[in-house]
Amino acid sequence: MELNILNIGILTWLTFLPVIGMIIVLLLPKEQKTAIRWTSLVFTLLQVVLAFLLFAKFDRTLAGVNSADTMQFKEVFNWINVKSTGWFGSIKIDYFLGIDGISMPMVFLTAIISCIAVISSWTIEKSLKGYFALLLLLDTGMMGVFVSLDFFLFYIFWEVMLLPMYFLIGVWGGPRREYAAIKFFLYTLLGSVLLLLAMLALYFSVTIIDPASGEKIHTFNMLAMMNPANYDAGSILAGTSTSWRYLAYIAVFIGFAIKVPIFPFHTWLPDAHVEAPTAISVILAGVLLKMGTYGLLRIGFPIFPDAAMHYLYPLAFLGFVNIIYGAFCAMAQKDFKKLIAYSSVSHMGIVILGIASMNTQGMLGGMLQMFNHGTITAMLFLIVGVIYDRTHTRGLDDFGGLMNKMPKYSGIMVIAFFAAIGLPGMSGFISEAFSFLGAFQTFRWLTMASAFGIVLTAGYMLWTLQRVFLGTLPEKWNELTDINSRELIMLVPLAIIVIVLGLYPNLMLDVMNTSANTLVDFVKGSAGAALVH
Amino acid sequence: MLETIVNNLSNILPEVIVTATLCIVLLYHLIDRKNTQMLMVLSVAGLVGAFYVLTENIGINSTAFSGMLSIDPFAIFFKILIVFATIVVVLMSRFSDEVNAEHKTIGEYYFLLLSMCLGMMFMVGSSNLLMMYLTLEMSSLSSYVASGFTRKAKDSSEASLKYLLYGAFSSGVMLYGISIVYGLTGTLDIAGINRVLMQGSSGQLALIVASIFILVGFGYKISAVPFHFWTPDVYEGAPTTITAFLSVASKAAGFAMMMRAFKVMFIDSSVMNLPAGTWTLISGVHIQNALMILSVLTMTLGNLVALWQDNVKRMLAYSSIAQAGYMLLGLVVLSNDGFSAVMVYFVVYLFMNLGAFYVVMLIANKLNSEHIDDYKGLGKRSPLLSVTLAVFLVSLTGLPPTAGFIGKWMIFLSLINAKMITIALIGVLNSVVSLYYYVRIIRNMFLREEQTVSAVQFNFPLAQKILLISLLVPTLYFGLFFNQLVEFAQLSVQMFGVK
Repeated sequence: MELNILNIGILTWLTFLPVIGMIIVLLLPKEQKTAIRWTSLVFTLLQVVLAFLLFAKFDRTLAGVNSADTMQFKEVFNWINVKSTGWFGSIKIDYFLGIDGISMPMVFLTAIISCIAVISSWTIEKSLKGYFALLLLLDTGMMGVFVSLDFFLFYIFWEVMLLPMYFLIGVWGGPRREYAAIKFFLYTLLGSVLLLLAMLALYFSVTIIDPASGEKIHTFNMLAMMNPANYDAGSILAGTSTSWRYLAYIAVFIGFAIKVPIFPFHTWLPDAHVEAPTAISVILAGVLLKMGTYGLLRIGFPIFPDAAMHYLYPLAFLGFVNIIYGAFCAMAQKDFKKLIAYSSVSHMGIVILGIASMNTQGMLGGMLQMFNHGTITAMLFLIVGVIYDRTHTRGLDDFGGLMNKMPKYSGIMVIAFFAAIGLPGMSGFISEAFSFLGAFQTFRWLTMASAFGIVLTAGYMLWTLQRVFLGTLPEKWNELTDINSRELIMLVPLAIIVIVLGLYPNLMLDVMNTSANTLVDFVKGSAGAALVH
Repeated sequence: MLETIVNNLSNILPEVIVTATLCIVLLYHLIDRKNTQMLMVLSVAGLVGAFYVLTENIGINSTAFSGMLSIDPFAIFFKILIVFATIVVVLMSRFSDEVNAEHKTIGEYYFLLLSMCLGMMFMVGSSNLLMMYLTLEMSSLSSYVASGFTRKAKDSSEASLKYLLYGAFSSGVMLYGISIVYGLTGTLDIAGINRVLMQGSSGQLALIVASIFILVGFGYKISAVPFHFWTPDVYEGAPTTITAFLSVASKAAGFAMMMRAFKVMFIDSSVMNLPAGTWTLISGVHIQNALMILSVLTMTLGNLVALWQDNVKRMLAYSSIAQAGYMLLGLVVLSNDGFSAVMVYFVVYLFMNLGAFYVVMLIANKLNSEHIDDYKGLGKRSPLLSVTLAVFLVSLTGLPPTAGFIGKWMIFLSLINAKMITIALIGVLNSVVSLYYYVRIIRNMFLREEQTVSAVQFNFPLAQKILLISLLVPTLYFGLFFNQLVEFAQLSVQMFGVK
């Protein structure tokens, strides 16, 4: 499947449209605030249009995962080609893009969340030009991570996101923004350098025949790294279940776990979320966290199936810790945004538990939860943003009785909260149910214990609803206005997605199904083959 | 004899050109004391000429002056690097208020710069211990004077004196080491020393002592820990242009000389069953471990101490110590890809480090300060300077998509290829630490507001902007397209006389 616009592949367009937007924004004089806003909006909207096109044209029967033939919308160009010197083979790096059922929902999510983030940033006044330029650059980084199938390219995109994010939190954030920004930066960089080492070790272990010249070359191609036949005998990551492979998997895992974030690497998250401006929190929770789990699915599991199977139980256990610990932390919060941040930790735990189950239901549930959490948490952060813009406080105890004062707002908020709790009819229910269903078959007790997290979630979510909406309205909020149309424009599409996917989850499951099955079979199969040897 | 010398002159044509240039510059200043711009034009013209001849010489692999100098791809690579750095620094000097304030002696300034360049060009080619010592001294002597060039500034004289004392001591130690080696082997030619050592020598202990003594000399030149104590003071006190030059060209020359001595003297060419491009050292020579310890110490200490610096020049001094630590990693692996990684790193380092110092100089021109607190709010006052400085700093940290990433990436590539995982891990963790202090500058520029509003206007002439952009573009370009760079470095690892 290929789709070209002006002879350039659609994935390149999706990835680099924001960069074009960024260049235009940078060229505009900084007094032209409206033009800057609209440019950013137009380019992210174009991205959404392309994402819908992609979603429509996506062939649901093709699996992808480890086979280049069934990857869709592929684009392969030689990017770096350092000729061989006799003592060092040639270095070939491809600009290799392609998507399958694992990345398709993420691409879609990224496009939507970026666009909504732009709308939500409409009221930013401080150094507007820099803000939108960085936001658009961030967008490119995120999209690039989800579409690249070459590890080197993946890594470049992965790191490109760091700097914009640092500035977006550090310049436009709350009072403790400097601390939060540098903490985010250092944590993520720590993860990525471990990823870098694992990447280099993989590079030297994998050899393929270069189709162009016929010589044997090392490669950063992720799909080649998934095939055990490509590993050189005697190379560092050759064989199965060796300690080097376990170490490499742990390095990759930490790199991704920091992003998810998985306990005990989660401490940057509450700080970053609380200090970040609303739109950046939305992107952080909506897309960036998914990169961690996406990385596990794209790199961790299929490249190290033996290690993944070996560490399946610890992974599930960490998922369990995330669920329960995140929920308890959320319950203790008095700050609205911090509460949502910890609820993210808890909900990402469900993704971890789901994908650790290593069966179709769990995998599908985990993947769908990635998408759903992206939309639901985005809504929750936007909701916090709406009230914060009006009252400049996020203290849960400062509110009460908002239901009568802001009826439309309350309606949207109820949808988001019930979706987060996992009420049937909302998207959250389907993915959580699938995750637990899958996990129950693999880890019986752990899943039962984790399911307790649902009760906790209901507990803190309902308690929050009660504190904010019920009771009497404090005097000082008598002047509050209800949600305005711009805010509705950013919230309603998400609410629609949440409800539609709750009623008809097949829309998304359909996209993921083949790939999820293939991934499970492949990981189990490769690891199973390892046991036979 | 005379005939040989004359015949050999063609081999060192670039050096001859630089020598002629420095004489002309000095004489011109005696004749016309007003026209300082002409000095810059003359220097650049001579250097460009040398540069051109060097690029024509790529691929030559021979030796001159009865084995004293090697004219091989390795030497030419570093000569090109040094001459290019000199051109940039000459241009920088033209824009430096600090240097131009000394207009009476400005001719000597260019003279010193060119003679430093000349010494370094000889350094990278020398293949005889005596030659190495002489060229090292030649470049050092000019460096001592150059770092004390701004006579009125107290710290400049202090820097010069400190530099001289440390330099005199360590070159003395090095000379002692050389004399021991001569006593052991009866030759000063590094290839000859290798032949004697290969026959199996007595005096193992003496050899170890001697090689460590020689290492002191090299370590001082590249400011490796624990021979780095002069670096922060000199880098802080010297004029920024000289600091930039020392941190790039002097370090490159030191590295080149060290790499050549290290490989040619100690390679065990009798071992044949190694993978192509790797070698092993003569048994009993423990210099690999010494280098490993040196590199770990250098980058760790450089990074940790840099965290506490408030003077940006001093911080960049410690950062350059740390950078030398990363580059030493490329020597530890004993392979061509390690060496070529160091060479790639140097090219990248040239652009990003000269760029960083250049911005610091431009800022000091306006603010008359190098203190990190004075950088507050610079992002608003001069977006051009602060964005470019941010790019250079990000590149020094080693984050993609800047060239600094490619430099680090090549180093770690060679380490992983040699399966030195622990060292690689220490290296990458160090780059995480380094992020913190580089970002401190970025933080002050963009995240903080200036405390006292000053009326200083950040306007720059076009020429200054052009130089800035021409350092910025390669820093970004090589981050994404490094084909030619890596190929050139890989072709240039070849040294005369060794496989």
